Amino acid sequence: MILAIASGKGGTGKTTVAVNLALAVSSQKKGGAEVTFVDCDVEEPNAALFLHPVIEQRREVGLLVPEVDLGRCTYCGRCAEVCQYHAIAVVQRKVLFFSELCHGCGSCTLNCPEKAIRERLHVSGVIEQGIAQGTIRFAHGILNIGEAMATPIIRQLKRCAIPPDASHSLVILDAPPGTACPVVETMRGADLVLMVTEPTPFGLHDLRLAVQVAYNELRLPVAVVINRDGVGDDGVDRYCQTQGIPILMRIPLDRRIAEAYAEGRPIVEALPDYQVRFLDLYQRIGEFSREYRLEDKKGGGCCK
Amino acid sequence: MKIVITANGDDLGSPVSLVFGRCSTFIFVDTETMAFEAVANPALSASGGAGIQAAQFVVERGAEAVLSGSVGPNAYGVFQAANVPVYLVGEGTVREAIEAYKAGKLQTAMEANTPAHTGLGRWTAGGGMGSGCGGKSRT
Repeated sequence: MILAIASGKGGTGKTTVAVNLALAVSSQKKGGAEVTFVDCDVEEPNAALFLHPVIEQRREVGLLVPEVDLGRCTYCGRCAEVCQYHAIAVVQRKVLFFSELCHGCGSCTLNCPEKAIRERLHVSGVIEQGIAQGTIRFAHGILNIGEAMATPIIRQLKRCAIPPDASHSLVILDAPPGTACPVVETMRGADLVLMVTEPTPFGLHDLRLAVQVAYNELRLPVAVVINRDGVGDDGVDRYCQTQGIPILMRIPLDRRIAEAYAEGRPIVEALPDYQVRFLDLYQRIGEFSREYRLEDKKGGGCCK
Repeated sequence: MKIVITANGDDLGSPVSLVFGRCSTFIFVDTETMAFEAVANPALSASGGAGIQAAQFVVERGAEAVLSGSVGPNAYGVFQAANVPVYLVGEGTVREAIEAYKAGKLQTAMEANTPAHTGLGRWTAGGGMGSGCGGKSRT
């Protein structure tokens, strides 16, 4: 199963839930599974701080950007015309290229009537892969400082980190916050999106937006984990109830959790009773996913 | 001489637009005859690269000088490549801006006077607590 963990609002506990779920499931002999952990927040990857992976492979990645052969270019402007991102401008026998706007789609190269455009790799980040805690297959991407485009790194990260046998193991994709392209790229192809939220108006506001992306746009099943349960109000509960979104776990606001987090220690290590609670979450995720698939075949689906 | 003024309206009495890439209208004026043509900015709702698209548009339509309240680095790069000078204007009507230009009262911009993306409405969900969700709405 490929499980994307997202939130909308930042700082709600995506990485906390992702890391602890990975640790709980991977350490369990019975009822556990092989775990692959992919930190897709390439702008600020932080799961490694908790999982301490041993990195075995490191490679540079980026996107293919155009390089114009001015000897062949006739300044017809076709490249600028087809570029959806206005990353190329052709004015008075000059071709201007704005690298920070280029998405590496290749349209300019394909459409150049003179075949005057070649592509070269613009390195914008690295992908690191290794093993964490002896058994967890770990991967994360790091976008280089000053680069604007996270999506190509995430796409390549998923391509090389998700094993082909994903249906027989647990693949956790720790998404970036927000609802923009990097989040869409992370969720794409997932079997289920687990939204970690906090029960506050701000948490709810961004949860709604994230559900719109995951369910309404990408048609993925969505379930919720409420973190810092006990603060705020019952808005998230009421929203989930009216939308038919199951709440699979509640993590209370607990000073001991915050202290463990500040020391870089996972909850399951600091408070061992959470081992069972995260395994329970894993089981509920599996049940919900199976139910959803059945419902979906009947033409229903969970979210209204 | 044909110049272009960024405007919020489509005649010479309209206010000058203080943004370039996402102004609503470009007013092309022949400074000798004061004949003008108002054209909607095709880049107004571009998801990104509005300044570049708008700059290329006005260059292609033959503007020999640009009058605007501000210009970003990408648009400025296009004007520089095309040898089209950019003059900075303050609040006022299009007609006042043209008069000031003709009287030689306007200064040319020697570099972009506003950072990239200033005219872009930010509509992404905010990140919170330390992890921002990225300022750009579409990357």
